[in-house]
Amino acid sequence: MRWLWIDRVVELVPRERLVAIKNVSLAEDHLHDHFAAQGGRVAMPVMPATLIIEGMAQTAGILVGHAEEFREKVILAKISKVVLTREAVPGFTLRYTATIERMDAMGAATSGRVELIDPNDPASVETIGQIDLMFSHIDQNLAGREFPEHNFVFGESFRTVLRSSGIEF
Amino acid sequence: MSREEIFDKVRDVLVEVLAVDEDEVTEQATLTSQLGAESIDFLDIVFRLEQAFEFKIGQGELFPDNVAQDPEYVQDGMVTDKGLATLRERLPHADFATLEADRKIANVGEIFTVDAVVNFVERKLAV
Repeated sequence: MRWLWIDRVVELVPRERLVAIKNVSLAEDHLHDHFAAQGGRVAMPVMPATLIIEGMAQTAGILVGHAEEFREKVILAKISKVVLTREAVPGFTLRYTATIERMDAMGAATSGRVELIDPNDPASVETIGQIDLMFSHIDQNLAGREFPEHNFVFGESFRTVLRSSGIEF
Repeated sequence: MSREEIFDKVRDVLVEVLAVDEDEVTEQATLTSQLGAESIDFLDIVFRLEQAFEFKIGQGELFPDNVAQDPEYVQDGMVTDKGLATLRERLPHADFATLEADRKIANVGEIFTVDAVVNFVERKLAV
């Protein structure tokens, strides 16, 4: 079981770009702790920035994995840059656009744009951040260490997201 | 492009990739022990040098791969004569002074100084 932080893939240009969305929902338990009411302060549910990074990592990771037909085990190796300028609150939609900057046998570098869609004005899309990442194809790295044969990175939950988004793989 | 211009661009790449201050990037600074580079940073450096200088860098061209795993090159944690000769041949831009003085495998990282990266770019641009 893997914790998925994207709801749907909305666009895929193989080896180039993948766009995914995440609907922020008050039904998610963690929003009640992040941040809970405390003392005189009222509760302030906002999507944790760490999970926005994870959402982008999943978006970019699928893009990188898809490029080699999910043969490579693609692991997030480095968070090169993160800028987030606004909070995402319940009812809003996050849109992640990941682009491959460079890829070779060893791994890939991606750049990512984070956008926020307001439910009251879905046509207006605000860019709220940039998340640049690096991925390693671990079978090609880590000093010849061996990993399990089956691809434990892209398990059934990822396949379900792709399938339900109508993506062939 | 002059060596100074190359150094400036290499320094910019290293500042960006390794989150170090400009003045830490001296010619003699080693990427791993002094500037804190980890394995994935080497791939990041390769990618960004390619962008900065608009050339392609082949796998193992700037930094070696799999030397440490080959028993011909490393025995009992020490780089063999053959290993040293191979590294020298494959990485003519690198600085072997520390490794030659003490052949322990940990010193392989010491061959990658900022100067070595500048040498590499200079040779590459000259071709």
